[in-house]
Amino acid sequence: MRGFWKSITDKYGYPKVFITLFLLILCILAVVQKQNLPGLIKDSLVRVGMNGILVLAMIPSINSGTGLNFGLSLGIVCGILAGCISIEMNLFGLKAFFTAILLSIPFSAAVGYAYGLLLNRVKGDEMTIGTYMGFSIVSLMCIGWLLLPFKSPEMIWAIGGRGLRTTIALADRFAKVTDKMMSFNILGEPVPTGTLLLFGAGCVLMWIFLKTKTGVAMMAAGDNPRFAAANGINVNRQRIVGTMLSMIIGGIGIIVYAQSFGFFQLYTGPLMMPFMAISAILIGGASARKASISNVVSGTILFFSLLAISLPVINKMMPEGNLSEVVRIIVTYGVILYALTKVGRDD
Amino acid sequence: MDMEKNKTSLMKVFMNYSVPLLFMVICLIGVYASKLNAVYILNEISVRLSRNLFMVLALIIPVIAGMGLNFAIVIGAMAGQIGLITVKIFDIGGFPGFLMAVLFATPFALLFGYGTGLILNKTKGKEMITSLMLGYFANGLYQLVFLTFMGTIIPVDNPEIILSGGVGLKNALDLKLIQYAVDNLFRPNIMGVKVPVVTLLLVAALCFVIKFLVKTKLGQDFRALGQDINIAEVSGIKTDRIRLIAITISTVLAAWGQVIFLQNIGTLNTYNSHEQVGMFAIAALLVGGASVTKATISEAIVGTLLFHTLFIVSPFAGKNLFGDAQIGEYFRSFIAYGVIAVSLVLHAWQKYMNARNREKLE
Repeated sequence: MRGFWKSITDKYGYPKVFITLFLLILCILAVVQKQNLPGLIKDSLVRVGMNGILVLAMIPSINSGTGLNFGLSLGIVCGILAGCISIEMNLFGLKAFFTAILLSIPFSAAVGYAYGLLLNRVKGDEMTIGTYMGFSIVSLMCIGWLLLPFKSPEMIWAIGGRGLRTTIALADRFAKVTDKMMSFNILGEPVPTGTLLLFGAGCVLMWIFLKTKTGVAMMAAGDNPRFAAANGINVNRQRIVGTMLSMIIGGIGIIVYAQSFGFFQLYTGPLMMPFMAISAILIGGASARKASISNVVSGTILFFSLLAISLPVINKMMPEGNLSEVVRIIVTYGVILYALTKVGRDD
Repeated sequence: MDMEKNKTSLMKVFMNYSVPLLFMVICLIGVYASKLNAVYILNEISVRLSRNLFMVLALIIPVIAGMGLNFAIVIGAMAGQIGLITVKIFDIGGFPGFLMAVLFATPFALLFGYGTGLILNKTKGKEMITSLMLGYFANGLYQLVFLTFMGTIIPVDNPEIILSGGVGLKNALDLKLIQYAVDNLFRPNIMGVKVPVVTLLLVAALCFVIKFLVKTKLGQDFRALGQDINIAEVSGIKTDRIRLIAITISTVLAAWGQVIFLQNIGTLNTYNSHEQVGMFAIAALLVGGASVTKATISEAIVGTLLFHTLFIVSPFAGKNLFGDAQIGEYFRSFIAYGVIAVSLVLHAWQKYMNARNREKLE
């Protein structure tokens, strides 16, 4: 038994094993409580599709050697900005959705480039600096959201007529457009097929990219910078490529997220979002140095099903207070903390 | 020749004090734009200096010991709040209540500080991000304890503080029973400014204790660690132990600081009074000209003064300049985050350049 436990934890890492066990316990509790099981499965699938691409954004940054992207909120802010522009252009449905995505790419790329230049000058401290760069840009953008010259009445405050609202409803725009695409019912619950396919396509594209010449060079630069440099790879350039890609995917990720969620959350909304994505990929078995597509997929499924199932189950056990939110906080930061102690040992 | 020399030394002064000077200019503009009268501002400053400076001073020792900015003082603040909650449960008011809160908070702070130290010893070189994440994680545990254990494992039956279901603490606890317990012990009115003398004396006492501590053998060890941990290790200093002591002292001071802070505020937001404590204290210290590797008492005082002046005036300045108080409020949180980000970048950049130059020499 002990040998079995050790082989399991060695192979998958403690976070993955513990989260899987926790998820199993929650599932059993859900059955005991006679929860609506198909509904829970649907909720889990929706959340996986919603967050998957944000988690995928960690892949290029980790593999190019800049580590977990704690500054992902920069890309998220770009995505939200592009989404607001698409509404200002008065677009609807899939057209609005894809315009937002296309618009976000140049913003995120520019921000990613600048941020990459910065990260090249602060090697070894990317995590702390990423966190605080993210925090400061999000709070700077709080002023931006108030002052930007948007005119669309569904986005600006009804009273005063200036400044964007804290949450912008997408119900009339592109809420659920990919969730409903090719959706079919299983056990009476709709499956968000389009969003899941989008997540799958993102994973496949990333997998292909990592096999291309640029992808291989990027992985080499992240894996062993000195060796890569000796082989004529421009390590700093590869780190910038990784950072740009991460930001672009983050920007797309938030648009997909908003599509499924039905709202854009402005102002301090993006502040803590990177931590969720980071935690998910760490649960999937990634480290601050190495991450694969399978880490993304398994981490996203485990972490976000956990959140989806824990909500009704825990609330039924303890209706008062916000215990499921507390569980989310403990899991998210506990996992990151564990990963940090591992990094310390590697050095 | 002499003039040249004078010029360079003047430049040096500007370079050394560039951050506080810059903020002084921003503050002056803010004060002017806010159109507030001097007595109001001075009153606010005396209150804020007395209630926030203790927490900022708690940051100094880990910086000297080379552990960077201790974002985990949030955990100390939680210990302080545990002390206050205990006092509230036992219903002890006034100055005795304040002392009891400190007394109850201290063992928790010692324990938490020790635990923080153990984790930070496992993550050398990554103390700051670890302490930040540890703060968030501890916040989760804190919420778990006070949401679910209160009324179940910890038998408290007081409808004034427990949620209507009988389990969990309410979101806001009224601390009227110890509000101004220290501030109002002796609060003379000096030209319209009511100065909380005893609180300021407590802060001054802490300044002297830190000054004294840095000169002792322990203080020398802190500084040795701060200069180069490897050399300190080689010269026989038990580095892990010294780091544990540094972080424990910081945590205990933070706990006391939070008790002082909340005796002025008078309400405890059970689940988020502590959340931004770390950020504001660190930003204040950095505004005073401190860095990740260097912090002094005078920097803490100047920084707290400037940072909180900015806090007082920015909503009013925002309203007068842009017609929106909200802009001023966002501006000050941007300043808080931004000053931390810039300071971290400068430190990391310097470290990176030093490493590169060393590599070139080899």
